[in-house]
Amino acid sequence: MMSNLTRAERANAMVIAGTGAFIGLVMAAAGRGDPMGAHGWIVLAFCGALFFVVGSAYEDPEPTQDRTASYYDDPTKVGILIALFWAVVGMGMGVWVASQLAWPDLRFDAAWSSFGRIRPVHTSGVIFGFGGNALIATSFHIMQRTCRARMPDQVTPWFVLLGFNLFCIVASSGYLMGVTQSKEYAEPEWYADLWLVVVWVVYFVLYIRTLARRNEPHIYVANWYYLAFILVVAVLHIVNNLAVPASLTGAKSYSAFAGVQDAMTQWWYGHNAVAFFLTSGFLGMLYYFLPKRAERPIYSYRLSILSFWGITFFYIWAGSHHLHYTALPHWVQTLGMTFSVMLLVPSWASAGNALMTLNGAWHKVRDDATLRFMMVAAVFYGLSTFEGSFMAIRPVNGLSHYTDWTVGHVHAGAMGWVALISFGSIYALAPVLWRRETIYSWKAVEWHFWLALAGTVIYVFAMWNSGITQGLMWRTYTESGTLAYSFTDTLVAMHPYYVARTFGGLLFLIGACIGAWNVVMTIRRMPSETPERDYPTSSESREPALPAAE
Amino acid sequence: MMKFIRTLLKPFAAFFEAHAKTHYRLERHSMGLTVGIIIAAGVGGFIEIAPLFTIDDTVEAAPDMRLYTPLEQAGRDIYIREGCYACHSQMIRTLRDEVERYGPYSLAVESQYDHPMLWGSKRTGPDLARLGEKYSDDWHVRHLVNPRDLVPESVMPQYAFLLEAGLDTDSLPDRLAALRAVGVPYTDEMIANADSDALGQAMPDTERSDGVFERYGDETAVRNFDDRPGRLTEMDALVAYLQILGQLTDLPEQTQILPEE
Ligand code: HEC
Ligand code: HEM
Ligand code: HEM
Repeated sequence: MMSNLTRAERANAMVIAGTGAFIGLVMAAAGRGDPMGAHGWIVLAFCGALFFVVGSAYEDPEPTQDRTASYYDDPTKVGILIALFWAVVGMGMGVWVASQLAWPDLRFDAAWSSFGRIRPVHTSGVIFGFGGNALIATSFHIMQRTCRARMPDQVTPWFVLLGFNLFCIVASSGYLMGVTQSKEYAEPEWYADLWLVVVWVVYFVLYIRTLARRNEPHIYVANWYYLAFILVVAVLHIVNNLAVPASLTGAKSYSAFAGVQDAMTQWWYGHNAVAFFLTSGFLGMLYYFLPKRAERPIYSYRLSILSFWGITFFYIWAGSHHLHYTALPHWVQTLGMTFSVMLLVPSWASAGNALMTLNGAWHKVRDDATLRFMMVAAVFYGLSTFEGSFMAIRPVNGLSHYTDWTVGHVHAGAMGWVALISFGSIYALAPVLWRRETIYSWKAVEWHFWLALAGTVIYVFAMWNSGITQGLMWRTYTESGTLAYSFTDTLVAMHPYYVARTFGGLLFLIGACIGAWNVVMTIRRMPSETPERDYPTSSESREPALPAAE
Repeated sequence: MMKFIRTLLKPFAAFFEAHAKTHYRLERHSMGLTVGIIIAAGVGGFIEIAPLFTIDDTVEAAPDMRLYTPLEQAGRDIYIREGCYACHSQMIRTLRDEVERYGPYSLAVESQYDHPMLWGSKRTGPDLARLGEKYSDDWHVRHLVNPRDLVPESVMPQYAFLLEAGLDTDSLPDRLAALRAVGVPYTDEMIANADSDALGQAMPDTERSDGVFERYGDETAVRNFDDRPGRLTEMDALVAYLQILGQLTDLPEQTQILPEE
């Protein structure tokens, strides 16, 4: 891997890692006695290890081949492996979190293992760790292929990938130590947030620079979605995390916003984290890997434009559907509800576009579990957006809010859509990246598919049931006009569903472990094969990036 | 029929045609695309969020609204640290059953000084917005030490370690100063005395506790919350915070009109 870097690049990497290690040392010294100090040591260890790895290969011979004749895939490879690692960790945490709700004493009586601290390790682990790495890795692959150009340099992609993972590590280790802002999906404290801004800006610049080098006049759809993901997440992240630290030598900070304004800002962020992290980027994946795998052009170019701008424009308005019947002014709630319902149109346009693309290739869906992952992901995308638009209607939300129905909706989207499209893409990508004939075991992919599908269905049905039961119990009255159930009564009613959910999650986790094993075995065991046309070129006839559109 | 529909859809078709064409051109320019995305995504957020900072009636006026004492704020920070918001909401909605179960629905002003707000999105446990003075301090301590001692069906984690952990009061002046920087009206005096006030609130009938009354009002609850005199623990702080929930102003009780539905 190091042999693909020139000596100047190795030197740059060492300077960056060295600076990082120095910052870690400063944090460790300044934050003594505070979790920030522990974070300092983590940063120091992470950057120090990188410095050492690069440094020990510094004198190795430089690459000799012509670089512009190939794509730069090393960071993509590492990114995919890291994503699989986080999938196992994050989902493992999910199963543990789920078990704690079924059997609350399932912990080692320690401070760090309480539900409130490990739940964000699960959410950040799967969203940022698994989802984020999958997005970054696939974006590196897709932007080069669809531009038919190599990335502009070789240090920046490493900076983005490893910098992002440093953020993930600092975030999740922080939750265990109690470092959190208690803002959902934006829990990490100020220094982690600042670091992410740096990484994200570099990511954006890298994307734009690659686009600028393209040998293809048009920017392919997948890239618009990735670009929207990068840009909007940057804006959301910066605004929602504005805060004043209590001291520069400690982790604690206070949000710049309070009360209603904070609630609106937080859910403007929260909902659009869903939109631009969990939807936009993954649609980018879908728009590349699905047509590629099915060997059919995207059904409609126009529909893809419509849904792109629809999603980008409508989603932003929808955040207030998280705040129905609260102290938020009524007009904002109504606005959020209206746009959420309209959002169904572009969402279904994308889901429909994906499914119509498969028309005529259904026999492939039947035989190829990888394509089936993508197909089912598109179906779950349609399902969860329909459900979301429904739940955004005020009276419906009156029932669903605060209950497990929300959690059911979340996981229909998160497991059914986000995780399945990622796994499908990884299976499609792995043989291409590592230049292998095929994936190690097709049977294992098949197993993973059915485990994941069964796990998702069990999970989602359990949560629908428990959520609706709970919501109805809370509002049931006796004949004499008093509330029929105490809160504890609802707890008892939830128990069987919590057990079922844990079981469903366990199936899903086993599937993810099989997937990780399968990819590793593909790399280690399969004979290699160089694909015919997978290099940058300006000649369209030699390598169409994708099956030609209309 | 089909013809009618086709005529009806014609303007839309023309729009999409034009849109597709423009787009086909726009697509060639990465910076054009970037600007387009920022504009499309910027409008909604701006229109919804910006007015909330200006319109006066977003937040009601509550002249009797008081601030968190340093001890309560320290408790709030522990509530944040432990992620209690993952299971507990602090926002009673304007629905009849919620008002009957938890009390008057929450007003915007009640979280006016909450940086960040802790409204929550999931009720694995009950809402806590009006928890203050519902139970005794002793109940809270025993409940936090092991919830299943009091409520056998509970799935809440144990927090026994809070009794052992001494409260860090040294950082309180900095914390209050940071809160002032984001808009909470703490005075210089409050900030300077933050650590002493935190101690004083758990030591009734001392000189220190007089300072607490002086700065935060006579209604401040001054007592030894965890019933272990001589040491200020994180349990003291958390219970002090739980007992103030919903008690910062009387406005909800005074003004509550009929809830929706
Ligand atoms: C796993 C979710 C969970 C977490 C995390 C959690 N709780 Fe609870 N809590 C519950 C449940 C369930 C109940 C209802 C049963 C009971 O009273 O124990 C409850 C009840 C309570 C009650 C009694 C409310 C009433 O009106 O009867 C208080 C007070 C409370 N929790 C405080 C806290 C605090 C403070 C924290 C954080 C340190 C916390 N809880 C963390 C689940 C949780
Ligand atoms: C192995 C499978 C999984 C299990 C067992 C699992 C379990 C859980 C549990 C128990 C919760 C807490 C719910 C609550 O507070 O009541 C949760 C929350 C959450 N999980 Fe998962 N999860 C899994 C997979 C995933 C995946 C793949 C994603 C995303 C890509 C995801 C995203 C989330 C999110 C966003 C929340 C927060 C939901 C909310 O606040 O409403 N989960 N999960
Ligand atoms: C048209 C699209 C969608 C709409 C209108 C929508 C709407 C909603 C609504 C109304 C809620 C409940 C808010 C509450 O009561 O607190 C919600 C929660 C949520 N949705 Fe969606 N949803 C959509 C798509 C998705 C997708 C595709 C995902 C992907 C993973 C997703 C992830 C989530 C998450 C994580 C939450 C939980 C937030 C929290 O409380 O922590 N949504 N959504």
